[in-house]
Formats: sequence, C-alpha cells, structure tokens
Amino acid sequence: MELYAILKLIWAGLLGVLLMGLAIMMGMDMGVGTLLRFVGKTDGERRTALNIIGPHWDGNQVWFILGGGAIFAAFPTLYATSFSIFYVVMILLLFSMIMRPVAFEYRSKLDGGTWRMSWDWAFLISGALPMIIYGAAFGNVLQGVGFHFDWTGQYHQDESFLWYLLNPFAILCGVLSLALSIQQGGAMLMIRGEEPIYGRARSIAWVAGLVAAVLFVLGGIWIQFIRGFVFTGTVNPNMESTPLGGPGVAQQAGAWMHNFHTLPVLWVLPALGVVCMVLAAVSIRADKPIIGWWFGALAWVGTIGTAGVAMFPFLMPSTTNPAQSLTVWNASSSAYTLGWMVIFAAIFVPAILCYTSWCYRVMKGKVRVEDVAHDEHSY
Amino acid sequence: MDPSVVDLSRLQFAVTALYHFQFVPLTLGLSFMLAAMETVYVITGKQIYKDMTQFWGKLFGINFAIGVATGLTMEFEFGTNWSMYSHFVGDVFGAPLAVEGLMAFFMESTFVGLMFFGWNRLSRGGHLAVTYLVALGSNLSALWILIANGFMQDPVGASFNPDTMRMEFNNIAALVFSEDAQAKFVHTTIAGFVTGAMFVMGISAYYMLRRRHREFAARSFRMAALFGIISSLAVVTLGDALGRLDFLVQPTKLAAMEGIWHTTTPPAAPWTVFAIPDDVAQKNYAEINLPYVLGPLVAHSFTAAIPGIIELEQKAKLDTVNGIKAVTALHDYSSTKDPAALAIFKQYEQDMGYGFLAQRYAPDQDLSKLTAANTPAVLDRAARDTIPNVLVEFWSFRLMVLFGFAFVVVFAFAAYVSLNNKIEKHPWLLRATMWAIPLPIIACEYGWIVAENGRQPWTVYGWLPTFLSASTHTVGYMIFSLIGFVLLYSVFIAAELYLLFKFARIGPAEHAVPELAGPATPGFTRGGFADKSWQ
Repeated sequence: MELYAILKLIWAGLLGVLLMGLAIMMGMDMGVGTLLRFVGKTDGERRTALNIIGPHWDGNQVWFILGGGAIFAAFPTLYATSFSIFYVVMILLLFSMIMRPVAFEYRSKLDGGTWRMSWDWAFLISGALPMIIYGAAFGNVLQGVGFHFDWTGQYHQDESFLWYLLNPFAILCGVLSLALSIQQGGAMLMIRGEEPIYGRARSIAWVAGLVAAVLFVLGGIWIQFIRGFVFTGTVNPNMESTPLGGPGVAQQAGAWMHNFHTLPVLWVLPALGVVCMVLAAVSIRADKPIIGWWFGALAWVGTIGTAGVAMFPFLMPSTTNPAQSLTVWNASSSAYTLGWMVIFAAIFVPAILCYTSWCYRVMKGKVRVEDVAHDEHSY
Repeated sequence: MDPSVVDLSRLQFAVTALYHFQFVPLTLGLSFMLAAMETVYVITGKQIYKDMTQFWGKLFGINFAIGVATGLTMEFEFGTNWSMYSHFVGDVFGAPLAVEGLMAFFMESTFVGLMFFGWNRLSRGGHLAVTYLVALGSNLSALWILIANGFMQDPVGASFNPDTMRMEFNNIAALVFSEDAQAKFVHTTIAGFVTGAMFVMGISAYYMLRRRHREFAARSFRMAALFGIISSLAVVTLGDALGRLDFLVQPTKLAAMEGIWHTTTPPAAPWTVFAIPDDVAQKNYAEINLPYVLGPLVAHSFTAAIPGIIELEQKAKLDTVNGIKAVTALHDYSSTKDPAALAIFKQYEQDMGYGFLAQRYAPDQDLSKLTAANTPAVLDRAARDTIPNVLVEFWSFRLMVLFGFAFVVVFAFAAYVSLNNKIEKHPWLLRATMWAIPLPIIACEYGWIVAENGRQPWTVYGWLPTFLSASTHTVGYMIFSLIGFVLLYSVFIAAELYLLFKFARIGPAEHAVPELAGPATPGFTRGGFADKSWQ
C-alpha cells in the first residue's frame, strides 16, 4: 500500500477517535443537561448539577468543533456534502448547540424563576436534541443518502429532508446515542455529586445503560436487513480523491456484514459495545460510578467502532448514484494536507489529553449545594 | 442555481459573522488585560488587582460565552451553506481551521473553566499561568482563523488540480506566513486590544462619574488608557501596512476602498477624503481631494500608478475571454480525460476563475451555449462583476479609519490626564469614554466589511466566484435557517446586554469584610500563596 493510502487510512482512524472523543466528552455534558430537570428538584440542586461539569463543559464542547474542523481538513468533500445534505437537521443541531454556552453562563446570573426555568428547558433541549441528531446521522449514513455530483464537484440532493428525520432506524440510533449520553452524564453526576442528586442520577443512569444495550442489539439485528453497499469494481485506495469516475458500487441487503465475515476479529467491537453497556449499568447500580463511567466510555468506542468497521471504507454512500458514494479513498484531502494534519494531530491530541486530565484533577472532589451557593464564580 | 439562494446564503453568512464579531474583539483584548492585571496582582500581592481581575473577568465571561456560542455557527456554515467552496478549497482552508481547534480553541476553552473555577484550587502563579493560557489560546485562535481568511484574500500555498476539481495544498509555510494573513492577524488582534481597553476605560469612567469604587476605577482606567494608546497607535500603523498589501494583491479592493475610477497619474494623484461614489455611473460626486497624498499613503511610493476601476474592468474582460477557454477545456477534460483539453486548460489556467464568473451570465449557466452574438454582453457583465460595491467599500473604510484616529486621540488624552491624576477634573472626558465603549466594536465590523465586501465577487480571490460557492439549497431552507438565527440571536443579544449592564452597574465586590475563603477552604493555601492582603 502506498503512502497516500496509508495516510487516508490513518485519518479514517483519527476521524473515528475524534467522533469517539466527541461522544464521550460532550455526550457526558449533554447527558447532564438532559438530566438537569430530573436530578435537581430545587434550584440549589440544579446549580450543583451544573457546577459539576461547570469547569469542563467548554473544553468538552471543543471536541464537537474539532470534529467538524477535522472532517473539513481531512475529508473536505464529505464535510461539504454531508453538512449541506442534512441542512435542516444540522441547523437544528447548531441552534440547540449554541444555546448551551449561553445557558451555562447566564442561567444563574439572575434570580427570577421564569428566567432560570427557561434556561433549564434550554439545557434539556440542547442536551437531548444534539445526541439524538448525532445518533440519527449515523443511522442515516448507514442506510445511504440520496445525492449525486456534477462535473464541478458540486453535490445535488435527490431527496427531501423529512425522510431523514422520520425513518425508524435513524430514530433507533438517535435514542441509543441519547441513552449512552444519559448513562455517562448520570455517572459523572454520581462521581462529583452527593445525595439527593447522586441517588436520582443513579436510578436513571443504570436503566439508560440497559436500554442502550437492548437498542444496540436490536440495531445489530436490523442492520442485517438494511441494504448496505459493496464495490463491484476494482478499488484503488491510492486514487486521486474525487467522487467522479470511481469504481462501481452496488447496494445489497446485509452488505454491512461483509467486513465482519472477511475479518471475524472485528466482532470484538460490537461485543465490546454491548458488554460495556451492561457492565456500566451494573457498576453504576453497584455504586461504582467511576468504573461505570469508564465502561460507558468503552461502550461508545465499541458502538462507533462497530458502525465504522461495518461501513469501511464507505463514509457516506449514495442510494441514487452509488458509484459516487463518498469513501475513505475518494473523499479525503491531498497527501500533503493529510500528512501535515497527522503531524499536528500527533503533537496536539496528546497535549490536549494531558491538560484536560490535569484540569479534571485540579477540580476533582464533590460539589456541594452549599459550596455552590457561596461561591460567586459558580454557575 | 437559484440566485436568490446565493444571496440569502451570503446574507446569512454576513449576519452571523458580523454578529459573532461583536464579541470576538472584546475577548481578544480583555483576555490579555486580565492577564496583565493578574500579573500585577501576583507581583505586588495587592488585593485590588485581584478584585480587578475577578470583576473584569466576570464581564469577560458573559461576553466569552456568547462568542463561543456564535463561533460554532461559523465553523459549520462553510459546510452547511458553502458546499462548493468547501469542496473546492477544503484541502487548504480546512487545515488551518482544524489546527485552530487543536492548538488554540482547545487550550482556551479548557483553561477558561479553571480561570473561573480555579481561584481557590490553584496557587497564585498557577492561576496566572492559566489566565495567560486563555489569552494565548484566544489570540492563537484568531491567528489560525485569519490564516484561513488570508487564503481567501490571497490564495498562496496551493494550486488547482484538474483531476480532483479543487485547490490542493502544497506549501504550508507560504500559507502560514502569507503576508495578508500575518498583517491581518496583528491588525485584528490589536483592534481587539483597543476594544478591550475602551471597554474597561468606559466602565471605569462610569464609576468615577458616580464617585464609586474610586481607587478600583482609577487604577483600571489608567491601565486601560496605557493599553489603549499603545494598541490604537499600533492598529493604525498596521492598517496602513494592510492597505499597501491590498494595492499589491487585491487591486479591485483597493480601488473600491479609495474610490479610484481611473488609473492614477503619480505623483500628483489626489487622495479622496470625501465623495459619494456612484457604482452605476462609475464616478464620484462631491469629491474633496488632497493632491500628492494617495501614492505615498497607499503604495508608499511617488512613482507607482494605482490602477482605476474602469481600467481594471477592461483587463478583467481580457481575462474572462481566456477564462472561458480554461473552463470549457476543463469541462471537456473532466468527461474525456483528453490530454489535448488538459493542455488548453493549462495554458489558460490562471484565468479559470474569470471563466466561472462568465458562467453566471451564459445561457442556462452553460458556457458551451456562448455564441459570437451573446458573448460581448456576457463579458461586460462578468467584468462589471469583478468590482466590489464601491459605495459600501469606500465608506466602510473611511469610517473605520476615522474611528481609528479618534481612538488615538481619546486614549492619548486619557493616558495623559490619568498619569497626572487629573482625571476627575475632566468629567466630559469620562462621559465621552463611557459613550465610546461600542465604537471600537463598530470600527471592527467596518473592518470586516472592508475586507470581505472588497473580496467580492470572489470567495477565493481570482479563483472561485461567490455565486458558484453556495450549497444547492432551496429558498425555503434558507428562510427557515435565517428566521431561526434572527430569533435566537436577538434573544441572545438582549440577554447579553442586560447582564453586562447589570453587572457593570453593580460593580466590583467591596472588601469591607474578608472573603469567605481563607484557610477554611481546602486547597486555598496550596503552594503557600495564601492571599493575606485583606488583613
């Protein structure tokens, strides 16, 4: 395999890592946002819940921004096409996402009941909706999307947007993603929270973990019947990156299982996903939230990893013009860009992990209702 | 594509970018001012500087949150609304955006949490380092964004690949050290420092006028005035450097900024102080001219002629003739892979962008339908398109510059009276600085308009026209998102201004009673830096 193909492969892997980082770190905050109204009955409790992630939500949210930036840099055609095709959903995602920073900073700055209650609703929407959309995006991509390109590389959409919002498989994936985020958020509320937040978070989080496991298995069965995509022509991973004039692609039921048949070791990933979801639920139930959180993180790795290897090398297949499906090989940047981006990622991703964990260490410990009330810096 | 979709996409991008940029300059400037205040605190140990850092930090936080929120929009809008642009330059343009996330935004956002929450958990030195990292992060963030923007203005470090139909990155040093990017970076961040200085100075003036928090206000005022005079002088100087770059790489932008219709005759060529440019008749009304100023001002030369709009249009017409050949050959090559077509394309490659411009006016936007009869009209319209709106450009530029010089005067005077401790004798100055708080933000917005309106009709100067860059949405999609943005952003700005006013009016915490903190709080004494100044 030549260097260019290897770089594409590395970036496919890094894309997976970023999507997992996004799901783990931001998903946790989203889970807390979703749970806010349920774990906190009084204003003091809700503030406490917010301050548990208060020092970290902003950093965690950058995983989301970096996810967008990395797709732009490494797979520009995928970025251009997917963000435009999912326009209405992407805009809804954006609207809900941009409520969050403002909600954190502004909610507790004023006393009024209506003011705070409005922001609490904003937390619920901006926690649950992005996670559902995140999962549903995977669900839609797994089923293929209707688009084609003209000679300039401009995409054209062949279907209306409502279809994306309303298909059952995408909704299943969306709820799975929401359940995992609730599990992670609940675990974090237990790690840094005390009663009554602790107990309420516990009783929701472990159920969410089991729900996720059931949905994941259901999705796995469902995928057998979904028409996946396979190449019919010869694939040249070293090809120039363009969706025009690539090898033929066909749509077949169960095609997403091909990679698992050719490389049975890949079954490790779905197994990891489902086992960790259950173990996370068990640990949370057994009052071991830190272990539960880590199992939850591994569950994300298993889930996103499963979707990734099932589709590989497809990134966003086209149902209306399968030969123009976007793949790791035809939607990537040039070798030069990919090479430089590998260098930047190799330097900065470890640095980010280091200082993020340092920040968690500095802020570790329980957050108490009375501390929040007395600290003028808290949310 | 439906032209109204392109217009609505442009409107949405302009609205969201200008909205976002109301908050960015204050973040850029205030972050370094906070670091400076905290440095003084760490060195002198005086509680008042800690109070200053915390109070201005609180206002910083209110502004920062909305800046982050609206910045999210920008990162995603390239993909959601400018698909062809993202495909065409993503290979180059995406890289600095991703590096911005990796290197700068992550750092800024991770440490900002500690900056607010870590006061009692970090040593003094540790907290100071965190504040510096936030300031560094937000300014590095501006660097990478402006490197990306620099590529739109002066596309260096990349070349067009006809096999992938896009610009491909080939020289990272050229991209990063692009003169346009570097000049714009310093100009923009320092404009942010001016904004921060005016903000702190104006609010301090408010307290002085009300005789409240007098020591706090006097110290903040002096620091801001000194910060402001240095920054405002720098911002004007660096702006001059940018103007010269526009002369070198974006002649149409420069001609529009200065309202130059006909190529100038050095050295007597006048600089137009005032005029009402007419884009249709292509002339200025009510001109007030200063002879001999234009050459040295813009080109730093008494001999260089500055090309005028009418001559630039004539040249664009020739480029368009070649551009049509380039695009036609490229289209041919894309389906046949015929080496002969590629050779023709290579011959006219430099003018490809002009061919795309002409495509807009060709029948059915198809260059193959051009005939000898309809070509001249298409060339005229395409060439006319290469000139940005002169009225907007001319006046945005003048207002920005006027504001810039006014800031120098205000800061100079403020610094002078503040250093002589006579500030409270000049209530009119205090009132003026208070009302001047929003002016640097307005000047920054004019700066953006000059930069981006002047780039039109291109998204990538000379290579990709704006009208080709947009996603193929329907008008309905665009109305949906525009209404959403307007509603959401109106709520945000109302909440933001309300909170800023409220907390500015409340002012810093008074320290009649010692803080609750003290030795009882675990971690507070870590490193032996416990703050005892209140005793």
